[in-house]
Amino acid sequence: MSQSFVVGIGGAAGQGVATPGDIFAKIFSRRGLHLNAYNAYQSIIRGGHTFLTIRTGPQKISNTGDHLDLLIPLNQDTMDRHLRLLTSGGACLYNADLIQAGTPVDGVQLCPMPVSKMADITRNKVGQNTLAIGAAVNMMGIGFSVLEDVLAEQFRKKDKAVIDENIHLARTGYEYASKNFQALAWPLPMTDARYAVLSGNVAMAMGGAAAGVKFYSAYPMSPATGVLHWMAEHARKAEIMVRQVEDEIGVVTMAIGAAHAGVRAMCATSGGGFALMSEGMGLSAQAEIPIVVIDCQRAGPSTGVPTKTEQGDLWQMLGAGFGDYPKVIAAPLDIADCFKLIPEMFNLTDRFQCPGIVLCDLLLSEGRLSVDPKELDFNPVIDRGEMITSNGSGDHEPYKRYKITESGVSPRAIPGVPGYTHVVSSDEHDENGVLISDEYTNAGKRRAMMEKRMRKMDGIAASVPPPKLHGPADADVTLIGWGSTHGVIHEACELLREAGISANHLAVRWLVPLHGDAILDLLRGARHTIIVENNFSGQFARYLRSETSFVPDGNIRKYDGEPFAPHHIVEAVKEQLAGKTKLSVPAHEIMV
Amino acid sequence: MATDTAVVAPKSITMADYKGRVDPDWCPGCGDFGVLAAVQKALVELQIPKHEVVTISGIGCSSNFPGFIETYGMHTLHGRSLPVATGMKLANHAMTVLVTGGDGDGFGIGCNHFVHTIRRNVDLTYIVMDNQIYGLTTGQTSPTSRIGMKTKSMPYGNIESPLSPVALALAAGATFVARGFSGEQKHLTELIKQGIEHKGFSFIDVFSPCVTYNHDNTFQWFRPRVKKLEDNPEYDSTDWAMAMEKSVIWGEEIPIGKFFERTDLPTLHGAEPVLNAGPLVYQNNRIPAEIAKGFVQELM
Repeated sequence: MSQSFVVGIGGAAGQGVATPGDIFAKIFSRRGLHLNAYNAYQSIIRGGHTFLTIRTGPQKISNTGDHLDLLIPLNQDTMDRHLRLLTSGGACLYNADLIQAGTPVDGVQLCPMPVSKMADITRNKVGQNTLAIGAAVNMMGIGFSVLEDVLAEQFRKKDKAVIDENIHLARTGYEYASKNFQALAWPLPMTDARYAVLSGNVAMAMGGAAAGVKFYSAYPMSPATGVLHWMAEHARKAEIMVRQVEDEIGVVTMAIGAAHAGVRAMCATSGGGFALMSEGMGLSAQAEIPIVVIDCQRAGPSTGVPTKTEQGDLWQMLGAGFGDYPKVIAAPLDIADCFKLIPEMFNLTDRFQCPGIVLCDLLLSEGRLSVDPKELDFNPVIDRGEMITSNGSGDHEPYKRYKITESGVSPRAIPGVPGYTHVVSSDEHDENGVLISDEYTNAGKRRAMMEKRMRKMDGIAASVPPPKLHGPADADVTLIGWGSTHGVIHEACELLREAGISANHLAVRWLVPLHGDAILDLLRGARHTIIVENNFSGQFARYLRSETSFVPDGNIRKYDGEPFAPHHIVEAVKEQLAGKTKLSVPAHEIMV
Repeated sequence: MATDTAVVAPKSITMADYKGRVDPDWCPGCGDFGVLAAVQKALVELQIPKHEVVTISGIGCSSNFPGFIETYGMHTLHGRSLPVATGMKLANHAMTVLVTGGDGDGFGIGCNHFVHTIRRNVDLTYIVMDNQIYGLTTGQTSPTSRIGMKTKSMPYGNIESPLSPVALALAAGATFVARGFSGEQKHLTELIKQGIEHKGFSFIDVFSPCVTYNHDNTFQWFRPRVKKLEDNPEYDSTDWAMAMEKSVIWGEEIPIGKFFERTDLPTLHGAEPVLNAGPLVYQNNRIPAEIAKGFVQELM
């Protein structure tokens, strides 16, 4: 990773961590800088501990990194927990009236602000935050007018008096810093680029809108709720029917009803909600009605840790529902990919008339990333597959909804078209949709229908690309990951190279169908293979083994609720290459 | 065949149009035959073309209904017909949506959806073939089985109170609530016609005796007890309190007929501005460039 700058802001929930986060994100993106942000929080509305990390720099930022350059603790707790993350050259800005400084490492500048002497904030509970933002912007070497514009925009829905007060406080902090604190060693550069900053949830919702989703149903569940919020807020402009339903069983079946009517239908949930949807997944496959379901994984099992990340739902997705049926499962590699994957998934589910699962996680769903607006393409390819939407000239062969075909795909007529009435069914059926239990269970028809459906997997496999190996072919170590670990593994490979260990990276995006043979070909020459994933049992490692018999030389796993930091992977690789262990479980050093 | 080309009358819709591809596999004498015939008659009398109708069911004996009538049909999951039907109606509100199923499907496993579909006033007609028993699973207690009824799951007699589907629908705010009897064909057909024409959620609970597993609530048991509300000149089906009072009457006299109707509430699809441009399925699925630009701009 080229040069970057990391800001951390922490406090209790309700102390206003989000607003400074938004303000910094805007300032960075307007200077043409990339950013990556992650908020560690708990399932409470007030209290607890919330810690937002924003990392920025001129190049793409793949993760929030290992350390901080600037810490703004809004309470003592944050000072105590996070001061150790500051490295030499960094600074800590804090309200000296309330917070006692700890002992930082050498070279860290402690910047106490005598808040009560600087301004009267007795009526403004978050006044200290604005003072700190002003001071921070000064130390970053950014002109005050940039902050002034962002504050005016941030508080545009408030009275002018509120805007003026915040600008005044920010200026006070800005001027105080110029007199009392040293500027930070690395002034943030500027570029002409302008990026959109968005969460994975917003990306997936927008990706749905771009894909032509007309029906979105959901039941609130962290960390998937952000998709519902974007959809609900933009429903009228985007002309999408958005419904909040009584439970996830209703969510998925309502989506299936809408999809059968002929629209693209999507829903999002987390593992617990998905568990309720699994019977519906089977219905989608059996009745051959395409839907796309997003699963934003959080730490399980049961209600688990609602606000923490994990990659623990893979086997639930693999085994969702009972019986064998065709389906597609893919895990987006980063937040930009959250957008891009949705239209791709819909094209597959429409062409092959089966359910598709987007396996996201809290890290991407709630993290934020700068994305080139060109990557948010609202004009993607839309392939609805073989659909009959009118009766044309009126002459046609007697319609068979589940006609046996070579590809396994039978053209689907949407309700309302004259001459194509038929029944789609959950029970096993014949080519006409007649339940085979209504005419004596017929082993031959059952077999033919099962094979017809499952043939679709061949077509899907031919339509999705195999993964690629990134980095030198003859690397010392090959790191294998899937989904959201892409960014952190990417940086770990760079850090390993700097430490004299050449590393390459296999990032798996399409999970079902899995290109097992292609993966084996890629790994055949690998010197030392390690699978990196955010779960206890090595769910992907077990899946890869079940599909290919491949067993890696080692595993790196983390299941404490927090995402990997690059150094976790680097240190684990080093200990494994030294032969100390085959399973590394890095400890998360900071309690958040 | 000689045809008169001078006068081409519009082809009228007949019972033959609605005849299903396969004959029902219900037990001989099952109450559901009468309900199927009444639904077909209602559609013919209303002259609705079969391709404009979608019949959606859950799972159970009566839920095999969509296979026995020639309309667009969906045979879905146990208890889930109503959310599927809601999705169908919202995505294409030009369709006439009928939902058929049994008491176990609707009031047992699907009761949550029953209450919420009512409260949303989804414009569909929900016909429950209520036989007070689970039939396809060979005879277990249902949410409408009487106290004391002996079944395979409660061989010493049911100790749980049955619910009143009519009272539940009224309490949840249904805009059309009726009860019919499979043995009263004409009356039932009339109720179904009214239900289909009603703009909003119409619920018709139909006594549809199970001749195999329910030996308590038979045709012979119902026939002398059912009394039509329509025969009572003092009954006012716009009076919710009166409907509620009648809904819990059960014994020597059991009221059937239209309990309640109100027409002043909007349907779910009528209340949703996204549908002002017509059925969702016929709308453009591309976001106009200017709107898309605005969505991205919000993030800059």
